[in-house]
Amino acid sequence: MNFSDYLLLFGGMGLATYLPRTLPLLYLAHKQLPQWLIDWLGLIPVAILSALLAPSLLTTVADRSFSLGKPELLVAIPTLIFALKTRSLGGTVLVGMLLYWLAGFFI
Amino acid sequence: MSQNKEIQPLSYSHILRQGASTAWPICLGYIPIGLALGVLAQQAGLPWWAVTMMSMLVFAGSAQFICVAMLAAGSSIPAIIFTTLIVNLRHTLMSSALAVYLSGVSRRFLALFAYGITDESFAVNMTRFRAGDWDRWRALAVNHISNFVWIVATTTGALVGQLVPQGAFGIDYALTGMFICLLVFQLNGRIYIITGLLAALISVGWYLLIPGDSYIVGASICAATLGYFLQRYHRRSQ
Repeated sequence: MNFSDYLLLFGGMGLATYLPRTLPLLYLAHKQLPQWLIDWLGLIPVAILSALLAPSLLTTVADRSFSLGKPELLVAIPTLIFALKTRSLGGTVLVGMLLYWLAGFFI
Repeated sequence: MSQNKEIQPLSYSHILRQGASTAWPICLGYIPIGLALGVLAQQAGLPWWAVTMMSMLVFAGSAQFICVAMLAAGSSIPAIIFTTLIVNLRHTLMSSALAVYLSGVSRRFLALFAYGITDESFAVNMTRFRAGDWDRWRALAVNHISNFVWIVATTTGALVGQLVPQGAFGIDYALTGMFICLLVFQLNGRIYIITGLLAALISVGWYLLIPGDSYIVGASICAATLGYFLQRYHRRSQ
């Protein structure tokens, strides 16, 4: 592929990335949102975070099967407790990394 | 003008510094992933400048990984663009949720802000907006600092990535650790815990049963809707 092929590909991908991010914002930010929508949208962050995390901790990517023994899950438990106790974002990231690194030597 | 509570207007350097101190967990997570993407892209035959161009035009990690895999497999340009659209549909939800905190803001600002809405910047900015000590300029700084680090990391990966040892210092876990903590920040009452558990349950089931990436959007909408009706039912019965 040459420069113009890449430009076409990434330009198209860029639009496919940008439009879903910008259209709802442009449309909704200038409307008076009904209370039910605000309530519903308020539950979206916790739902998205959980839906991003849970499959990565509880399933294996290779064959899409359920698994309770992944190091990612075992490390997530103390990391979660640390986050609940300290509520420190940076600290939680570092503790998670440290535990995952150590887990690599044992598992 | 924004209807949001504006934190006192400070200098650009102050906003940048606050943005950077909020964005660093994102950046820490982006470095290994960006390096990995750069290495894979280089192995798939992309020149380094194409990786830079991709990270500038398409700031979306998972879509970029899929693009590299599809290029390596010889997929057509329209197929890759269509897949990108499907993978990024989840951002319509995030963009909608952010609209609550950016209501009345100028369209020019929104157009610039929307470019940097990723899973990570969304989660970090929503947490700060909810806490009330955040405004749109700091949020914009988080978006663009993350983007800058992403561009540098992916380009570096394409240039020198093979020299970096895999999995050093558990850095592969940085984003997971960040998401765990941001999830904890969201748990401000029973309804949020229930919604989170529902989303975990539904997303795992969805992921196991249905091929593709629809589980993120599907489980989020289902869990938030169930949570919303539970909350309403609970309020009515009080």
